Amino acid sequence: MSGPSDTHDHGHHHDHHHDHDHLHPYDPDHHHPHRPDQDDTMTYYKVMETAVRELLIEKGLITAEQVHRQIEHMDARTPANGARIVARAWVDPDYKKRLIESPKQAIAEIGHDIGPMHLIVLENTPEVHNVVVCTLCSCYPRWILGLPPDWYKSRAYRSRVVREPRTVLREFGTEIAENREVRVHDSTADMRYFVLPMRPEGTEGMSEDELAAMVGRDAMIGVVEAGAGGAGQLAAE
Amino acid sequence: MDRNFTARGNHDMGGLDGGEINRDEHDYALWEKRIDAMMMLLTNKLQIMTVDQLRKGIEALPPDAYENMTYYERWIASVTNTLLDEGVITADELATKMSAIEAEASEVG
Amino acid sequence: MARYSVGDKVKVRAAFPPTPPTHVRTPHYIRGCVGTIERICGEFGNPEELAFGRRYGPKSMLYRVRFRQADVWSGYDGAAEDHIEIEIYEFWLEPAERENAA
Repeated sequence: MSGPSDTHDHGHHHDHHHDHDHLHPYDPDHHHPHRPDQDDTMTYYKVMETAVRELLIEKGLITAEQVHRQIEHMDARTPANGARIVARAWVDPDYKKRLIESPKQAIAEIGHDIGPMHLIVLENTPEVHNVVVCTLCSCYPRWILGLPPDWYKSRAYRSRVVREPRTVLREFGTEIAENREVRVHDSTADMRYFVLPMRPEGTEGMSEDELAAMVGRDAMIGVVEAGAGGAGQLAAE
Repeated sequence: MDRNFTARGNHDMGGLDGGEINRDEHDYALWEKRIDAMMMLLTNKLQIMTVDQLRKGIEALPPDAYENMTYYERWIASVTNTLLDEGVITADELATKMSAIEAEASEVG
Repeated sequence: MARYSVGDKVKVRAAFPPTPPTHVRTPHYIRGCVGTIERICGEFGNPEELAFGRRYGPKSMLYRVRFRQADVWSGYDGAAEDHIEIEIYEFWLEPAERENAA
């Protein structure tokens, strides 16, 4: 092996720029032949990512371990978190009230920390169906739901859902009655949005776990309702 | 001279025509997650840059960036531009490092 | 300290700073529209300044403003009671005398 990227301070972890399904645990003595991705070449931007990361590590600004931990931190955020919150709100009306009034505290009650996120919980009702978008970029309640799906960030969704929400909802299989308000929320600044879908009919007596399983990510974005549509996107995906 | 004083940024897409929404999803690759992670560290932990700088950098990309670059490619391009703006890295450091990485990658092909 | 209260009618300024190089978080489609203050979100750093790394300036008041979709889009084909709600900074708003003021 040769090249400047192989010379580094003793004890300084050198991350690798080929992709695995895992990151190596912090181990300063661990070396590895550099290989391109098995599935893909080292594209220009992958080279750039590697270069920036290695430079930041060499300058002592970040460590590979911090990157690793941050990835794990985000990986732990999945729609299942949101589904648990919804299920609790369905079974406990006082919890639902607290959730809407003080989301950070209410979510902390069930052991989830939303960090610096300013959250607004949007309750779907027989009068109002809420749907969320970020037309300007991709703002999303990451600290609860994890990373957003590609379609949420797409030109087609961002451009169309503000102007023709009912048509877009229909494409997701969701029909909202004409006498019910469709309310679009464009996440343009510091707030992040979480839709609390309506509890499906015929679910009386179900456990919180059973209820949570009916709440998929897309129901918490607002493009589908929980149950019939939401069950197609299970919380554990 | 023809000037459009109401021109909008390419990112400012609300209300424009959009076509069919493609519902295909992809699992985030590790390199993409690393970019996301680095952004969190640079903004929340180190406060070397702001998320607004990231957004502005993406908005400043060429008009075809939305067609020809993937989401995290746009992110890393913007992060790199911002780090250069802020003097965290220099052009020479970046060039040297990128050449070395490319050279190693092709060596082992 | 907030200039506007919940329920106030406001108009989004019809200003179009060249973007880029500016960074603006008031979407193009809402400029010039009249809506109602839905809530006061509080004071936050001004994104138009934060975008240049200037993080220590004065904060700006942020609101959520509610608009009738029919007032935003000509030929809106949803329901009459459909609305859109957007977060807008105070410096992008001015008082509106009445709904649908030109």
